[in-house]
Amino acid sequence: MSLATLTTSYAFAPRDSEENFPDPLLYIGWENHLLFCAPVCVPVAGNTLFVSLQDKILKEVYGAHPDFLSISWNDVLWFKSSRPWYPNKDKSLIENGIKHKDVIRFRTPNLFGIAGSNS
Amino acid sequence: MNSVSKHKKLSLHTRYKAMTRDLSWETSYQPMEKVYPYERYEGIKIHDWDKWEDPFRLTMDAYWKYQGEKEKKLYAVIDAFAQNSGQMGISDARYVNALKLFVQGVTPLEYSAHRGFANAGRHFSGAGASVAAQMQSVDELRHYQTEVHALSHFNKHFNGMHNFTHWYDRVWYLSVPKSFFEDALSGGPFEFLTAVSFSFEYVLTNLLFVPFMSGAAYNGDMSTVTFGFSAQSDEARHMTLGIECIKFILEQDAENRPIVQRWIDKWFWRGYRLLTIVAMMQDYMLPKRVMSWKEAWETYAEKNGTALFKDLSLYGIKEPRGWRDACEGKDHISHQAWNTFYNYNAAAPLHTWVPVAEEMEWLSEKYPKSFDRYYRPRLDYCRSEQEQGRRFYNNTLPMLCQICQIPMMFTEPGDASKICYREVNYQDDKYHFCSDHCKQIFCYEPEKYVQAWLPVHQIYQGNCFLDGVDPSQNDFDPLSAVLDYYELNAGIDNLDFEGSQDQLNFNKWDGEEAQEEAE
Repeated sequence: MSLATLTTSYAFAPRDSEENFPDPLLYIGWENHLLFCAPVCVPVAGNTLFVSLQDKILKEVYGAHPDFLSISWNDVLWFKSSRPWYPNKDKSLIENGIKHKDVIRFRTPNLFGIAGSNS
Repeated sequence: MNSVSKHKKLSLHTRYKAMTRDLSWETSYQPMEKVYPYERYEGIKIHDWDKWEDPFRLTMDAYWKYQGEKEKKLYAVIDAFAQNSGQMGISDARYVNALKLFVQGVTPLEYSAHRGFANAGRHFSGAGASVAAQMQSVDELRHYQTEVHALSHFNKHFNGMHNFTHWYDRVWYLSVPKSFFEDALSGGPFEFLTAVSFSFEYVLTNLLFVPFMSGAAYNGDMSTVTFGFSAQSDEARHMTLGIECIKFILEQDAENRPIVQRWIDKWFWRGYRLLTIVAMMQDYMLPKRVMSWKEAWETYAEKNGTALFKDLSLYGIKEPRGWRDACEGKDHISHQAWNTFYNYNAAAPLHTWVPVAEEMEWLSEKYPKSFDRYYRPRLDYCRSEQEQGRRFYNNTLPMLCQICQIPMMFTEPGDASKICYREVNYQDDKYHFCSDHCKQIFCYEPEKYVQAWLPVHQIYQGNCFLDGVDPSQNDFDPLSAVLDYYELNAGIDNLDFEGSQDQLNFNKWDGEEAQEEAE
């Protein structure tokens, strides 16, 4: 332990472990669309199908963006922890290997936000 | 009788010695290590406290006299400001939002600093350092009080200030300053001094006070300006304490250097992240602008900082690790922060707005590399949506950085089109960061930061609702439940400036005043 402490024992439970939440947390970011200032944090049950994340949750989160309706979902590139990722849309998040506090991002080719400003 | 004894007046030097160094002694009932337990565990080695030079040689009696005189002048101005309805002399009601940000996010830091310096003063066995820390503790308490008094007049006329201490402990963006200071307070006394006296007061404080105080002057707020003047001479003393303590620690033992360097790396970056709200205030919240954040950064950080770290290189200290990334951010962070407050204004007790046309021109001129390319189209879109009755609000809570607790709004150094993501696995969990430097702070002391109280996660854990609220009910509205917990007056303290009670009231009073003058 590199933390300097006055006493020899210094152990505290992490505040955000999975059992503290009704559902595991998932972080989601839409690349090149920064009108939404930061990636979002949503609790999502592990048995949610990926397709329902895409069709339902992402629509709720990002549906207000003028580019949203132009997304061609078959061309979308996915990333998990910054590495390319190929989810099976008919499987659940757990089956796709998603765990508590994972971060996923999606890139929509040819869409670069409002007036091409990455907004 | 002519045998009145004449006490010889002590010389300044003797008097200083009598009232500082002579108040310290070697304990005999208990060993010194037990009386001063915090002095060693951080690894800093001090061999001779007498080498501590207090450049001000200020004693308590002189201190009270000076401060008392300053208080008299300050309160005379504050009273005059109130009696003359000074709030009507400000440039425009949007300006008050800068004051809301100040009383919500900066004033409570003064109080935390008061506690921190009292603690440091108690735990140094060296009398010179102890007395200097105790005086600064009193200064900080005075600043807290005078800020509250100066701003209380605005609180009578505007929203968004009435509950600032309650908000400090709860509202999402106020966890940024709160966690910054709690991190410093929970370090040892030497880390606290390096964090607050050196990294914050010496390196960065001009970036906080100069923009706020000159912003106040430009926008007709003489009450805040006078507070600034009253604090200024204290700030000069605090900055000197900051540089003196760093040099003293470094001169005492060669093994202190790597510890101090790590603290400087950490606290420069934490302080820089904290100043993001100042950047935003300067570029967006002052109806009459003083200088851009970028100009302020170049003047107060780049120029002064380069000279400072050249000076400290004699002690083997290098510029902080995040220095270059901080300089790179000067074209972006104010715009990114304003967008974040604009996104989440439903949960913030202040108002945001889209700048008017001439303000957009000013931003474009001050930020030729970034504004038109990345930020103007975003703001134009927001204006047009608002004009069509669809003011944009982000309805989903943001992902936060585990260390600075700011929403993950910062972009990759060198590429403003992409958010900067960093993560690390620790024990059974993942942790996420806005930058290499926040990640590094975590990786050195993960045991500390796994305990972070992140507002977004706390809401999802169900800890930010009032007692008796049941999130499983069908008609449960999480935003309004959180606003109840914040004790924020929904629809009054929050949302866009356009159509706000602040805007309507100010225009009405302004009209009445103009009418009275005409009559």
